[in-house]
Amino acid sequence: MKKTNGEPDTNRLKVFLKAVVRHRLFIPIAFLIFLILINAFINVEFLKIELIRDSSGNPVLKGNLINILNNATELVILSIGMTLVTACSRGQDISVGATVAIVGGVVMRILCGNETQPTELHAPVILAFLLGCLAGMLCGAFNGILVAKFNIQPMVATLILFTAGRSIGSMVMGGLKPKAVSSFGYYGNFIPGFPVPTPILITIAIIAITCLALKKTNIGLYTKAVGINDKASSLNGLNPARIKFISFVILGLCVGIAGFVQSSRVQTVNPYTIVPSIEMDVILAVALGGNSLGGGKFNMTGSIIGAYTIQTLTSMLTTLNVNTNAVPVFKAVIILVLVTIQTPIVKSFFSRKNTLARLVAGEAKEGKA
Amino acid sequence: MIGINKVHEAGVASIVQSRKRRKPMSDTAFLLTITITLFVAIYVLAIIFLGDKGFNKIQMFFNLFNENAALIIIACGLSVVMITGSIDISVGGSTALICTSCIVCLNKYNFNFYTALLLALAIGLIFGAVQGFMVAYLDMQPFIVTLAGMFLGRGLVALIEVNQIQVSNPGFEKLSGSRIMIPFIGDYNKKGVFIQSKLEYGVVVALIIVCLMYWLLKKTKLGRSFYAVGGNAQSALMLGINVKRTRFLAHLLCGLLAGIGGFIYLFHTRSGSVQQATGLEMDAIAASIIGGTLLTGGVGNIFGTLFGVLASGSVLLVVTAIGSQDPWWPQITRAALLCFFIVLQSIICSRKKKA
Repeated sequence: MKKTNGEPDTNRLKVFLKAVVRHRLFIPIAFLIFLILINAFINVEFLKIELIRDSSGNPVLKGNLINILNNATELVILSIGMTLVTACSRGQDISVGATVAIVGGVVMRILCGNETQPTELHAPVILAFLLGCLAGMLCGAFNGILVAKFNIQPMVATLILFTAGRSIGSMVMGGLKPKAVSSFGYYGNFIPGFPVPTPILITIAIIAITCLALKKTNIGLYTKAVGINDKASSLNGLNPARIKFISFVILGLCVGIAGFVQSSRVQTVNPYTIVPSIEMDVILAVALGGNSLGGGKFNMTGSIIGAYTIQTLTSMLTTLNVNTNAVPVFKAVIILVLVTIQTPIVKSFFSRKNTLARLVAGEAKEGKA
Repeated sequence: MIGINKVHEAGVASIVQSRKRRKPMSDTAFLLTITITLFVAIYVLAIIFLGDKGFNKIQMFFNLFNENAALIIIACGLSVVMITGSIDISVGGSTALICTSCIVCLNKYNFNFYTALLLALAIGLIFGAVQGFMVAYLDMQPFIVTLAGMFLGRGLVALIEVNQIQVSNPGFEKLSGSRIMIPFIGDYNKKGVFIQSKLEYGVVVALIIVCLMYWLLKKTKLGRSFYAVGGNAQSALMLGINVKRTRFLAHLLCGLLAGIGGFIYLFHTRSGSVQQATGLEMDAIAASIIGGTLLTGGVGNIFGTLFGVLASGSVLLVVTAIGSQDPWWPQITRAALLCFFIVLQSIICSRKKKA
């Protein structure tokens, strides 16, 4: 927008700013920009991206931004699924971390068989990928049946897999900790000769598919309808149970892909420590994106930006040499601040204090109408 | 739209018609019966078939309590919060924080037993009060608020002390090493010498708290209003209950019990680390659910929670005693038990809706 001066124009600028501040994506985007600025301030080379050659002579892109984009892959993929589940079932799936462990176990078992140091892959990678996704979807279906058919709150229903998942993952692997050959690592690191990390490509593909699905199919609309009022949506001819079930299966598919990428990163899986407390990060990403955790309308862009924001925060704290175990303190403070800002009571408190702001907001509403 | 007649059975209605005789068996009583039966059945079967693995010893039974005293107290707090229709997943984090900070104070700043207890209670109360204020008065979602509490608790542990630490305070160690000797009850060891059964002090505290909570929930106005708010907050408001204050008090109570439970946990383990009490909140929630507390609020029983802890504890003992070398079976069995009870609850609820 052009800079305006003069009496009436300042007013319009205020209205515009107010509209920007009130936009749903304002908080996540502003926060992301804020974090990147802090990072750039601390470390001047933060924004630098360079093309170097790795130990085997292949060109690879390197830089903090690339790392963040790369490491956020699992978070982004999971938060896409979690947004749908949150929107239509009015609750969260807390078993995603445990299910990633199951998927990792399945993938490793198929690729390595019973050996701990296999010299070759026992099965084609695509088979492992498909069966991993299938395992994820089965777990999603299990949660989905409990939520949709038995009307159990999502958090309680997923508590079951949350408790058992990591143990099941260990059971699937037979207690072994195999390490697959490095060619399996293409999917979590680099394809030789191609400089962009593969997880970034996978993320882009998933985001594109999600956009297409939301634009071209009715899944977004149906999910919102069920989340806002499932009785009303069933009167309109939807089947709320089926839509909830489908959303859990989609989340399961997301878990499958995320688990595959994660196990490909280091080509080995420890079910008890893989993606520790990622479920909390995912829920945080969804909340940060301006989605109500109570279901209803959702904003997929917000969730994705939220996921990148969380990853930026995590890697910033890591570069500041904060102990890995102490990182949650900062996350907790940020959650509390963000959620407090978003509560209606605090919002109305601030607007009551500032009569001018209320006036401008009123004008903005009139302008929209 | 919401009339008094639609109010949850165990909720407001029970205040209105307080002394009337109920129908043969309410859902709570039914779920409680199942839990108790399950616990007794598991234990009796274990005595019959696994007697040689130690189940025929009375000390084994007392150990079940010794191991789970802290969990019983914390699960009581969670039951109260769940009855009010809220949730608190920060108890594991606050337990870890209590353990580590108490140990640091005991070792470095010459705290004695009582000041350490005060510190534990203060941490628990602060967690409860802040979370309760945010949930009740700022109308924030309990899950996300207490999630932040959990992060905060565990993260602060890492800021205080990264490594695992042990209590090295002679007075405290002596106190926590002491046991109650139960007269006339005990086992004969291999040489035929009679050994009295031992009980930790934490168990006595836990049982007293269970009785106190039962009294609070069943006999006091505050306890009844917990059920009322959980059953239907709108109707509770119409009956003149201060819903916000009730929710706040539920979280405060849970925080207090988490403080006591955390201290008992420290009393039992005498060590502290970042990874301590991981998943304690989920164990406590699971115990409450097994004991018949509905997460939707309004239904629950403290004795159910007690037996929920005992049932899942004895299942773990049995699985360990069967002696499978694979480390994954205890968790999977626990989850299966949880699954069974969750589905059972749901079936009972849906049957009631149809009726």
